[in-house]
Amino acid sequence: MADEVILLDFWPSPFGMRIRIALAEKGIKYEYKEEDLRNKSPLLLQMNPVHKKIPVLIHNGKPIAESLIAVQYIDEVWNDKSPLLPSDPYQRSQARFWADYVDKKIYEVGRNLWTKKGDEQEAAKKEFIEAIKLLEQELGDKTYFGGDKLGFVDVALIPFYTWFKGYETFGNINVEKESPKFIAWAKRCIQIESVSKSLPDQDKVYDFIVEIRKKIGVE
Amino acid sequence: MADEVILLDFWPSPFGMRIRIALAEKGIKYEYKDEDLKNKSPLLLQMNPVHKQIPVLVHNGKPIAESLIAVQYIDEVWNDKSPLLPSDSYGRAHARFWADYVDKKIHEVGLKLWRTNRGEEQEAGKKEFIEVLKLLEQELGDKPYFGGDKLGYVDIAFIPFYTWFKAYETFGNLNIEKECPKILSWAKRCIKIESVSKSLPDQDKVYDFIVEMRKNLGIE
Repeated sequence: MADEVILLDFWPSPFGMRIRIALAEKGIKYEYKEEDLRNKSPLLLQMNPVHKKIPVLIHNGKPIAESLIAVQYIDEVWNDKSPLLPSDPYQRSQARFWADYVDKKIYEVGRNLWTKKGDEQEAAKKEFIEAIKLLEQELGDKTYFGGDKLGFVDVALIPFYTWFKGYETFGNINVEKESPKFIAWAKRCIQIESVSKSLPDQDKVYDFIVEIRKKIGVE
Repeated sequence: MADEVILLDFWPSPFGMRIRIALAEKGIKYEYKDEDLKNKSPLLLQMNPVHKQIPVLVHNGKPIAESLIAVQYIDEVWNDKSPLLPSDSYGRAHARFWADYVDKKIHEVGLKLWRTNRGEEQEAGKKEFIEVLKLLEQELGDKPYFGGDKLGYVDIAFIPFYTWFKAYETFGNLNIEKECPKILSWAKRCIKIESVSKSLPDQDKVYDFIVEMRKNLGIE
């Protein structure tokens, strides 16, 4: 029986990008449905009634919401190739820890870089650079967070790279200067086909951020 | 080789309680260390340098921080008895979703009930808290536990907050039994289980602790 896989998504969402990369890594054919977040589809509201948010993965009619939960699901179901999580339980716990760190720090703090001004923005700048440096430290000399291959933490983190032009411009930071190893890692990731074909262009994301800032009235 | 298991914890923490229950369910002997959060031990700072928070599970010298990650680790390593997560992938995704929901909603919204002064924010918190409990009640349905016939991952994620209910009800001015009777009966069912009852502090002790915290924070 052929699998039916649908992804309800929104093109600039880093969370949606995670699922796109995981599906591509596993070579899974799926139907991509772009949502209009100001006019959510009945399917989205039916598939994620609790949070009413994208992304939602739908596998043979059954929904899985929350991007990291969906990526783990994909890894467990399509376990014949490209493992995303390590096989050892301790390594798995550490991968989950760092993906959770990305969730707690990068999105929220990054958001403050392009939505806030003054002291709040300065604090966000400091916190963002600290988070990037800590991740750089965790990466160490490894090629990827997953070791020799793309892994769970890489998949969790690389989507935010598409937002860096926005973070840097509006947050007035230079990530490459602060954390060259981090940028080198990101550039390594986007050379991987499953990543590059899943991520939108940085300039497109930047234009999108410019639009939202206008709408929410940030300067 | 005998396992060395240590739990760095703080007795009223619902997050710490989750790990206590999981360890008890699996029959794992461990050393419990209560931290003074105003004077964190060198061990805690060494074992969780990133967040510097409890709880931290330390297994043969290796730390696992974040309560739900630690519970999953315990379930995977001690996989010979009392499975906490379902064996099928979709069931697991579903359990993770609802534990994540408890993480996102119960603690944060609960804060609005006891950590704010009376007013609009607290009223909004009340409304939201009841909505959250009703949704969890709906998810429980007719099952004895969120895990089905036995205690599972979501039960473990959620039951520790029951020890905070007296505080939520008193300071938030709500009656959980009246609004969500099924949640109360689920909770009472859980605390009859030995691994749960011996892992949770007394509701009155937690209440007194919160009264102290409110004084320290200058609330009301």
